Amino acid sequence: MDSAPQQQPPVEFETDPSRYRHWQVSFDGPIARLKMAVDPAGGLRPGYELKLNSYDLGVDIELADVVRRLRFEHPEVRVVVLSSGTDNVFCAGANIHMLGMSTHAWKVNFCKFTNETRCEMEDATAFSDQIYIAAANGTCAGGGYELALACKEIYLQDDGNSAVSLPEVPLLGVLPGTGGLTRLVDKRKVRRDRADVFSTTAEGMRGKRAKDWNLVDGVFARSKFEQEVMKRAQAIAAAPIKLLPGERRGVTLGPITPELAAHARLYRHVELSWDREARTAQILVRGPSAADVAVVTAGDEAIHAAGDQLWALRAFRELDDALLQLRTNHLDIGLVLLRTEGDPAQVLAHDAALAASREHWFVNEVLRHMARVLRRLDLTSRSFFALGDVVGNGMPAFAGCLLELALAADRFYLLDEPAVQVGLSALNEGALPMSHGLSRLAARLYGEPDKFEALVGQRGLMDAEAADDAGLVTVRLDGIDWADDTRMAIEERSSLSPDALTGMEANLRFVGHENETSKIFARLTAWQNWIFIRPNATGPEGALSLYGKPQRPHFDWNRV
Amino acid sequence: MVSTTVDLNSKIPNNVGLSDDVKLKRALESWLPSYLEWWNDMGPSDFADKPVFLRTAVSVDSDGWAHYEHVKMPDYRWGIFLNPREGESTIRCGDEVGKPAWHEVPGEHRNALRRIIVTQADTEPASVEQQRLLGHTAPSLYDMRNLFQVNVEEGRHLWAMVYLLHKYFGRDGRDEAEELLQRRSGDPDKPRILGAFNQPCDHWLSFFAFTMFTDRDGKYQLAALSHSGFDPLSRTTEFMLTEEAHHLFVGETGMDRIIKRSAELEKLDPDGDIRRAGGIDFDLIQRTINYWFTYSLDLFGGEISSNAADFFATGLKGRYREDRYEEHKAMGATYRLPVVENGHLGERDVPLRNAMNEVLRDSYVTDCERALRKWNRTLEESGSPTRLTLPSRRFHRHQGIYADHCFDPQGNLLDRSRFEANQRNWLLTPADNEYLLSIMKPVYEPGKFANWIAPPNKGIEGRPVEFEYVRLND
Repeated sequence: MDSAPQQQPPVEFETDPSRYRHWQVSFDGPIARLKMAVDPAGGLRPGYELKLNSYDLGVDIELADVVRRLRFEHPEVRVVVLSSGTDNVFCAGANIHMLGMSTHAWKVNFCKFTNETRCEMEDATAFSDQIYIAAANGTCAGGGYELALACKEIYLQDDGNSAVSLPEVPLLGVLPGTGGLTRLVDKRKVRRDRADVFSTTAEGMRGKRAKDWNLVDGVFARSKFEQEVMKRAQAIAAAPIKLLPGERRGVTLGPITPELAAHARLYRHVELSWDREARTAQILVRGPSAADVAVVTAGDEAIHAAGDQLWALRAFRELDDALLQLRTNHLDIGLVLLRTEGDPAQVLAHDAALAASREHWFVNEVLRHMARVLRRLDLTSRSFFALGDVVGNGMPAFAGCLLELALAADRFYLLDEPAVQVGLSALNEGALPMSHGLSRLAARLYGEPDKFEALVGQRGLMDAEAADDAGLVTVRLDGIDWADDTRMAIEERSSLSPDALTGMEANLRFVGHENETSKIFARLTAWQNWIFIRPNATGPEGALSLYGKPQRPHFDWNRV
Repeated sequence: MVSTTVDLNSKIPNNVGLSDDVKLKRALESWLPSYLEWWNDMGPSDFADKPVFLRTAVSVDSDGWAHYEHVKMPDYRWGIFLNPREGESTIRCGDEVGKPAWHEVPGEHRNALRRIIVTQADTEPASVEQQRLLGHTAPSLYDMRNLFQVNVEEGRHLWAMVYLLHKYFGRDGRDEAEELLQRRSGDPDKPRILGAFNQPCDHWLSFFAFTMFTDRDGKYQLAALSHSGFDPLSRTTEFMLTEEAHHLFVGETGMDRIIKRSAELEKLDPDGDIRRAGGIDFDLIQRTINYWFTYSLDLFGGEISSNAADFFATGLKGRYREDRYEEHKAMGATYRLPVVENGHLGERDVPLRNAMNEVLRDSYVTDCERALRKWNRTLEESGSPTRLTLPSRRFHRHQGIYADHCFDPQGNLLDRSRFEANQRNWLLTPADNEYLLSIMKPVYEPGKFANWIAPPNKGIEGRPVEFEYVRLND
């Protein structure tokens, strides 16, 4: 049972509305209704039923797709009302039986993905003027309340019974791991002593007290609930704001269907390949062609018209899919080599044109999407080495938005050869921030502010030596040393403890201050992942293992 | 809000030392006006000033728990009683069986106990609300009195549960006690917690079916809780059971008297047309049984339940007559349950602890089958060829593993369209209710009974059937 998820067919992350099993989306002008109606028989894996609107990875893959499509395909939407299609239950959170029977890795990947989805909802609220409001027309427990917490406003039905709750600690011996604890005190500013009471009170809170403690923004009687929530939605939709310009015509996200080979997934701009024996994989991203650059330099309308075929959108959707594939379906791959191919000058030209159009709503969406994909990379628990060497006939193209791959990587090896060049664009200077808000350039040069200052505003290409001097390169190697040195580095890295590396990389990548999002992925997730392997949660007598079973849990009372 | 200061101890008969318990006294003092306000708003409509021949529990002694006199309902003395105990109570089931029972709420089990008590408590005022208009269509003074007896005792059962909330659950308990008076049966905004307690019960056939089937769920819940390791809950529910027996008597004999009368009318009418003779035909009675029995089955909770397993494992709730079982841990054993898998009915073994709701439901179904046999004996003795049946426990369910599937009353799987096509033959319809309301005219003359129901075999507490059980002319 323990390894069941891995023996199953690989998980695919691409979906579209025609395939949804768990969500209903409808539109009325600027208001979208998003109803969670989880099909109990629609679990991604056998062995559990998704009762009471509880969710698994499959449910969340659809939600992530909904959130993304709302931004690209429905730019007219200003408010997204999230409610339940099941009477009296908003959402019961992650399916406990699914968690109980999952491997550690599955749990961790599941939590990470759901966290990213909730951050996407907040990102849409902050940067796409799509405000999520949770209409909790029933009990809102655990991950269900955490889903509501990801919305800007939360309304709860006041029927003497419906409550919001975080019962994970008292009932399951784990944490509300989808940002619940963090959003409670950091986002909603619930007093921390009250948050302590709330998070240990299994039955949660309802009605007036939920409102008084700021656990929700309002409570409405059952018979008026729908009406009051919609009134609020209409008020938000009608509030005057300065929308980004550009015709609000949606861009359909077509499938990116990769070609599947024995040890590779081949996309149009991206190739993911893996070597199980060596426990390494490679992601190769090809830079924009001259034709791709011509599209962006033609201006807003041409970019909008290119739609989902725009290089910057297509390539990063492909990269996103490749990362998710690695995370979920290739657990034994420890080291990922990031390579780029193309003309770095074209990348810079591309970036300059895209940055010039960034006020257009669609370009804004493209840039926000690129940023999210890069954050997914930052948060992927694999070692990343960026390798700037010659690929086949092509030159590496670590410039602008593709230089972000090198800056996200744990190390950047660059071949010292005259034809190999790197360069910065406007996109390296804050347009694609990490989850804690810093640009990757600022994070890379956190301890060398002078070098950082010197690079800001610098455009054009530099050779390997200049890049090394500027602090962009970890190891610069000439053609004689390259093969041996990189081979040894790769083999050495692959021999180290994967757990220690995961922890080390997560610490080193995020220099500087924390924010709410980074706390969710660092503090909350790290503690949760520790608790997940502790006997008190997942041992034979642990609370999570025994949930729903006839035995009662027994704890080891020693504090660690 | 009415403001009252009363000498609680003389007003509230009790054996819980109320006069010496300042904290409890204070809590009840502030709750009492809200309770009376609720009773006036939601209790029996219009008969507040009529003396009713009521049984009042004034003590737990054998001569004190059933004290009869004519009382106006608002003056009824709602008391608080715990069954006395000899010796030390112990935990009766689960992992801790045999250890001393709890006399305070253990923090570890606070949430579970609160949930158990609030859910039980919520049903008590709910049934009063559901039945509040029935006095206006009572088929006799005898029946009217029984209705009011049931109502005041359901009120007392609310007191019994509120006592536990006030005494043992601190501020949260007081809040919950207040909420119990805020929820209303069938209210779209603040419904009662459980489904059957939000169904309308607007004529006497439903009243009798309700007291027969739904109150019988109450009996089994109380019986299971009377084996709780939380001693005050165990002792409270034990005492409630003595009163509950009367409610079941009202339901079971009420149905029996209707069946008896229908059999008589069947013979009286030349074509055997009971309706033409102003009675209630057997198909309609069968539909009523199907309706209320199945709604009541839902009250036992899911067939496979982690809560049920927890409640048993922790010793908070036992089985029916737990003391008659030899083994009280129920670990390792399984229960074979019919389940729907891939569109077919099969069987599955589930851990016994997780099946405790179903185990309790088994005891309940056996009891209902006994009553059905009794009614069928009445039919047999009356010479009627009709026999009534209990539907399958899979039929017409809204909770549990059968809720998402359709079954016929025999328990065979059906597709939804066939279920819907037959629904009016199986379950109460609006036309049924219209007909029943049309024949339910009040009969207020002592000793007289409505045409659709037979008189009882005997009166109450040695009084004749003609006794003026409710003094409407006072």
